[in-house]
Amino acid sequence: MDNALTIDRLQFAFTVTFHYLFPQLTMGLAPLIVIFKSLALWKKEERYNQAARFLAKIFALSFLFGVITGIPMEFQFGTNWAKFSQFSGGVIATTLAMEGVFAFFLESSFLGLFLYGEKRIGPKWHWLSAFMVFVGAWLSGYFIIATDAWMQHPVGYSLAADGTVQLNSFWLLLFNPWAIWQYLHNMGGALITGSFVVTALGAFYLLSRKHTEFGRLFVKTGVIVAVIASIFQIFPSGDRQGQLVTNYQPVTLAAMEGLFQSESGASIVLIGQPDTAAQKLDNPIYVPGMLSFLTHRRWEATVKGLNEFPRDQWPDNIPLLYYSYHIMVGLGTLFIAIMLGAVFLLWRKKLFDARWMLWILMLSFPFPFIANTAGWITAEVGRQPWLVYGLMRTAQGASPTVSAGNGLFTLIGFMGMYLVLGVMYLFLIGREVDHGPKLMTSQNGVTTLGGNLVAQGVGPSQKEAQ
Amino acid sequence: METNWFVLVALMLVAYVVLDGFDLGVGVISPLVARTSEERQLVLRSIGPVWDGNEVWLLAAGGALFFAFPLLYASSFSGFYLPLMMVLWLLMLRGVGIELRSHVDNALWQSFCDFVFTLSSLLLTIFLGAAIGNVIRGVPLNKDGYFFEALWTNFRVGPSPGILDWYTVLTGVLAMITLTVHGANYLAMKTEGDVQLRARRLTQKGSWALSLMTVLSLLATLYIRPQVMDNFKLRAWGWIIPLLVVVTLISMFYFRAKGNDRAVFLSSTGYIVAMLGGAAFAMYPYLLPASTDPAYSLTIFNAKTGDYSMRVGLVWWLVGITLAIGYFVFLYRFFRGKVSLEDKEGY
Repeated sequence: MDNALTIDRLQFAFTVTFHYLFPQLTMGLAPLIVIFKSLALWKKEERYNQAARFLAKIFALSFLFGVITGIPMEFQFGTNWAKFSQFSGGVIATTLAMEGVFAFFLESSFLGLFLYGEKRIGPKWHWLSAFMVFVGAWLSGYFIIATDAWMQHPVGYSLAADGTVQLNSFWLLLFNPWAIWQYLHNMGGALITGSFVVTALGAFYLLSRKHTEFGRLFVKTGVIVAVIASIFQIFPSGDRQGQLVTNYQPVTLAAMEGLFQSESGASIVLIGQPDTAAQKLDNPIYVPGMLSFLTHRRWEATVKGLNEFPRDQWPDNIPLLYYSYHIMVGLGTLFIAIMLGAVFLLWRKKLFDARWMLWILMLSFPFPFIANTAGWITAEVGRQPWLVYGLMRTAQGASPTVSAGNGLFTLIGFMGMYLVLGVMYLFLIGREVDHGPKLMTSQNGVTTLGGNLVAQGVGPSQKEAQ
Repeated sequence: METNWFVLVALMLVAYVVLDGFDLGVGVISPLVARTSEERQLVLRSIGPVWDGNEVWLLAAGGALFFAFPLLYASSFSGFYLPLMMVLWLLMLRGVGIELRSHVDNALWQSFCDFVFTLSSLLLTIFLGAAIGNVIRGVPLNKDGYFFEALWTNFRVGPSPGILDWYTVLTGVLAMITLTVHGANYLAMKTEGDVQLRARRLTQKGSWALSLMTVLSLLATLYIRPQVMDNFKLRAWGWIIPLLVVVTLISMFYFRAKGNDRAVFLSSTGYIVAMLGGAAFAMYPYLLPASTDPAYSLTIFNAKTGDYSMRVGLVWWLVGITLAIGYFVFLYRFFRGKVSLEDKEGY
């Protein structure tokens, strides 16, 4: 811990991991809010608006925490990774700056309208503001992914005389093939988080026999979105992401799979513990031939093991990479199983009475957060020892003038700050969930904060959903 | 081309200070103008729908600065490491103070949020002013274009200064007073009743302090960095800027006496634009002067990005910023007029 590089890495990892708990939820909730707003316009039923308003409360809180924990991300490229910024600013600053002018302004302006303007703006414009918030959030995600994708798979650049990289193709940077699949995979993950959270909220209300009408609406919408997103996450998006890693980062693939020796007809390991020193896996449980098929589409194909690559090209934390990858894939498979079961029960009209399934749905909401985090650890630890794949090593990217002592000071500061923020967030979300959807401000009546509806002709919370 | 980007980045930073400046100023004066919990709620409501969008100008300006002058971004962000991190923490706390207050209907919670909001806003105004002071005064750059500044050394302006010395403290106080007056002008424009009366009284006194500090800081700047006059000698049209500073200061007093709140707010806006514009004009083509050896200074020429990026950037930047200005015009028109507590909405 007296090494500035280690502290720079820890600080970035800590702040970005904490930060991304919020955007994955807001990017996942935004389309669900748009769905409810659309249903409200289409079916002219107030309960959809109330559902949207309730989710907007969760969204607004999460968005705030995403914004305030997101500011340090953009700054830390310069503060802790100055050499990296100097080296690659000629390329990646394009996408980062574009995020600012194209996504942040869109998102923040329309969020103000969406949250504060429903009464004055009318239903159609309010729908539009919800839609624009969704567009802004997803656009913002694209620019960040395009930046990361360039670090994973640099394209559209040339090396300048002063040793920096400079952009030479704007469109290649923006439509990097790596970026497109990474984006789809990432947004699938966000949708899984959003839909699992909505499902869990609904299951919670159904199980506690409160706001049951909204409980049904949330569970029904949630599981339908979740089953689609979960399947999409494995195929095609996860599969295509795997192909890219196979083709462009074969050493990463070998480390992810714990494949120390090259194998033809390589098997895929489901569980097992990598022993980097002895270069083998302990207690493996595997499916023969599967890895060759998944990566090369042939059962007998040879998959390169770590032994084919020089040691200084190996990711520097193979066990972490291996576990995060396996946790991501394992959870992803579990999500499909849970949601297929839930959708089957929904189809047979038994879901709302199947309390055991509602318990599973309620308790499963933390796992998409874990899976998304594990996925990002796979991507970022998998890229090591490179900061920009094949061009700049992580060790070369840190700020030359920031000492370990100053770095640790701010790392501890962030830890303290984020502990407080995390506790506050959970407390406030807990309150909102406890209040439930029926205490929202209304379309044309005057309400008090946290109070009851006044002068309302609609009583949809008493009406049954079906 | 690099001159274009110098102007564009400067414009975005000015937009940030003008827009988020009144949010910060409102935060500083909130305990002075709002006595009851309802009045504080009203004060928050005046910036509620817009503060987040205003803060985005800082992020967007930071992004544009990284884009156009990567070496400046790398050097200054790592060199100003500690104060920047503190600014980040303060920005976080400010957001928490503004947004979370109304979530819990409890007097303790609300006074806690009010306190956080005011303290973080106050410190942010001083930090922002000190940051500008540091850039004008210069920093101890080495031959690779990097430096590191401690928060303070001996409070003197010398070859190895700290973030805070007598000059940057002075610019910090100037910024605090400027934004306080600007925020009070905004509140006088957006509110009615007691809050409006108190805000008006505050800007009356504040404008005197502002005039005094303006003179003091200009003299101090001439003393520590006489080079700021070079561009005025070279390009005589630049004298329009100090003229504008004087005019906007006078119009602040004039329209305050006439009771035209909107014109007073526009005057303080003009004052900020003129002061920052003057600083940028005097700095050009320097981005970050070196207090060590003038040859180590970062300029728009040695810190710029590739020519292709800059050309393409101009296209997407113009498209993006046109859209952004469109959203802002729409947003501000939508929420124009006075705020009141009757019109409760929001989440």
